[in-house]
Amino acid sequence: MSAALRTFDLVKSFGGITATDHVDFTLAKGARHALIGPNGAGKTTFVNQLTGVLKPSSGRIELMGEEITTLPRAARVKRGLARTFQINQLFATMTPLEMIALVTAERLGRGSHPFRALDRDAELVDQTAEILNRFRLDDIMDRRIATLPYGKQRQIEIAAAFAARPSVLLLDEPAAGVPEAERRELMRTVAELPDDVSVLLIEHDMDLVFRFATRITVLVNGRVLAEGTPEEMARDPAVRAAYLGEDAHV
Amino acid sequence: MLTILFDGIAYGMVLFVLGCGLSVTMGLMNFVNLAHGAFAMLGGYVAVQAMQRLGVPFLASLPLAFLAAALVGVVLERLIYRPMYGKSHLDQVMFSIGLVFMAVAGTDWLMGSTQQFMHLPPWLQGRFEVAGIGIGRYRLFVIAICGLLAVSLQWGFTRTRFGSRLRAAVDDARVARGLGIPVNRLFALTFALGCGLAGLGGALGIELMGLDPSFPLKFMIYFLIVVTVGGTSSITGPFFAAMLLGVADVIGKYLVPEIGAFIIYALMVVLLITRPHGLFARVRA
Amino acid sequence: MRAETFESRVRQALHAGRRWHPAEIAFWCLAFAAFLLFPSQLLLLNEIAILALFALSLDLILGYAGIVSLGHAAFLGTGAYAAGLFAKHVGGDPLAGLAAGMAAAGLLGLVTSPLVLRGTDLTRLMITLGVALILYELANSLGWLTGGADGLQGVVMGPVLGLFDFDIFGRTAYLYSLCVLFTLFLVARRVVHSPFGLSLRAIRDNPLRASASGVPNARRLAAAYTIAATYAGAAGALLAQTTQFVSLDVLDFHRSADLMLVLIIGGAGYLYGGLIGAIAFKLLQDAIATFTPQYWMFWIGLFLVLFVLGGREIIHGGVKAVAGRLAGIGRGAAR
Repeated sequence: MSAALRTFDLVKSFGGITATDHVDFTLAKGARHALIGPNGAGKTTFVNQLTGVLKPSSGRIELMGEEITTLPRAARVKRGLARTFQINQLFATMTPLEMIALVTAERLGRGSHPFRALDRDAELVDQTAEILNRFRLDDIMDRRIATLPYGKQRQIEIAAAFAARPSVLLLDEPAAGVPEAERRELMRTVAELPDDVSVLLIEHDMDLVFRFATRITVLVNGRVLAEGTPEEMARDPAVRAAYLGEDAHV
Repeated sequence: MLTILFDGIAYGMVLFVLGCGLSVTMGLMNFVNLAHGAFAMLGGYVAVQAMQRLGVPFLASLPLAFLAAALVGVVLERLIYRPMYGKSHLDQVMFSIGLVFMAVAGTDWLMGSTQQFMHLPPWLQGRFEVAGIGIGRYRLFVIAICGLLAVSLQWGFTRTRFGSRLRAAVDDARVARGLGIPVNRLFALTFALGCGLAGLGGALGIELMGLDPSFPLKFMIYFLIVVTVGGTSSITGPFFAAMLLGVADVIGKYLVPEIGAFIIYALMVVLLITRPHGLFARVRA
Repeated sequence: MRAETFESRVRQALHAGRRWHPAEIAFWCLAFAAFLLFPSQLLLLNEIAILALFALSLDLILGYAGIVSLGHAAFLGTGAYAAGLFAKHVGGDPLAGLAAGMAAAGLLGLVTSPLVLRGTDLTRLMITLGVALILYELANSLGWLTGGADGLQGVVMGPVLGLFDFDIFGRTAYLYSLCVLFTLFLVARRVVHSPFGLSLRAIRDNPLRASASGVPNARRLAAAYTIAATYAGAAGALLAQTTQFVSLDVLDFHRSADLMLVLIIGGAGYLYGGLIGAIAFKLLQDAIATFTPQYWMFWIGLFLVLFVLGGREIIHGGVKAVAGRLAGIGRGAAR
């Protein structure tokens, strides 16, 4: 098993609080891996270090075998690490078309080109169209993102991250706040992500976790409490006590 | 040299009184009021006019300056400032620059563009020497008054109920509201106090900084330096910033007069780049 | 087959953003026709064209990249002094002087761009203001170079392209300024519809997401700031060349503040805001100057206050209505 993403002895402390406590974590290539844990377990802090929003206090992060611990955010994206956000971070004044075109342009290295027209770039057009199609955004591609329903916006979050053609995709609570009616389509989107993308899902919703993940890591108080298959985790007494026990709906 | 230092301290003291009101409004309502200098100018003109036209003695003209500026502050806060609180910094800046322009042109129209002078009573004129340091009587007077004000403001800010509520509101207005602190009324009061202090500073500063209709524009940057460098969460921050600014400006203009205010602006830019949250700001996570 | 048609739909949708609207064509036709329509107002028209270029520059960073600035006069002044000094000491060719002004201002923009990359809007406002004040003080104290408070005298311009001499009626001046404005506008239009322009909008909308999408925010903002500075430098150069004089006034704070008002009037982020705002601003100034020449500052202050307090929406509603009607006429004519 080769790793897509690994952390070595990762530590992040804020003042006296250790939010990430010596975490060694491995995301296998092509994995469908979920990171779960109660509120305040340090999941988001962990993700923020992976993507470069926060600097780790100590430890190392490797993406496809290369160290990325201190790389700036945009450079990590270029190397194949993309993410979605727990709270929508979209370009409110743009259309889905523009947003996907932007990500695609950056990936193709066109972003610093000040004179080339977007529509004259066949590669850009084709790949933008492909993403819009894949995520079923074709019929709303011309509407301002801010005016779209919430479920669609979550869909765009994932589409925009995917448009960067990542080898590792971090989904930070993709289903958070999505109304029941739009939930199924979102789950379908997550399930349809191609196999060669390694996915790390950070999620509260156990339904989604157990349906999607083949491997689960449980984070509690910034520490890895347990890791294993969903069945193992569901049976693990420590996990049940620390986490699953609180959530009666499992 | 020490004489210059002394002048610088007096100058810094006046800057502190002028600027501290602004720092509290900025901290409390997150409102950028570039028109703060207009209130200072108002105070200055009121003092001069009261002395010249009504024969009010110098010492009585100072509280008058305070009152007039505070009163106008209260009225304007109610009428036009309040709708601006929720708007962007850019809007607030544009709005208050508009007010500055109106104040400058309006004063020019009413009062003419000539420099105003303060006729000091004889006991404040001239200077005396202590251990070879030339000490201007008026500057000493200014330092005494402003020093007293600074101490009482610090006391009021840290020791009184008003002060503790104010600090709570500066820290987090929403939480303060939740605790039942009347943030709006608190702000109106503070705004008035800040404007009054500006008015007083304007009157005190005529002798040191001059007074003409362009005053709010000329010194706008100085107030802003006091606030941005000193931070908005204390009285001591702006105080030290004002002293630093006053001394640096006076020394700079004395040593290298040809480059004028250049030093000050450069200092501000450097400070803003290296310490974007103010020289004395607490580090927030 | 469906994918094929969808791709062409995507292409068309991407093309729609940069398609020329009939109202735009009408606008530029009018701008050039103004030369013939108002032969006695060419000096005013020249001022409008220069202010419009200056406003276009601010729109590029404010409207597209979201960088606020209270010191845009720094670049106008740098361009003006550079072009003036070039004419005085190197040669009177207008286009070479224009290039010198743009290069000098662009260089200043590049050097100062790291200052505006970080921090909040407030620190940006203060820093840009500070930089402009520093330049003002510099120009004031370097009297041997700039003429100090007396202004830069002895700027003599040669004919444009070696053919068209500047005249006292502003004929050459207006056409020259308008051509420069139009050319730079075309470039700006191209830029904002490019991948680069799209990435600026992304940063403006959401810097966090922009960097998560692979946009190197700092580098892009620095580039945008430099381009805008170059544009402002061009405006300054035009000002120096068409008036054959440079005074400290080009660096004055009121220049930056006026410019904000221009953009507030016209609206930011669609390129025409600065142009429309410049026309409205200058006409207003001209109208007010005829009855109260002294207190223009009061009126400008009043407008600022009223605009921010709520007049903006009303004005923009009006502008949109007029633009819509113009577009209707344009379409009718096209048919």
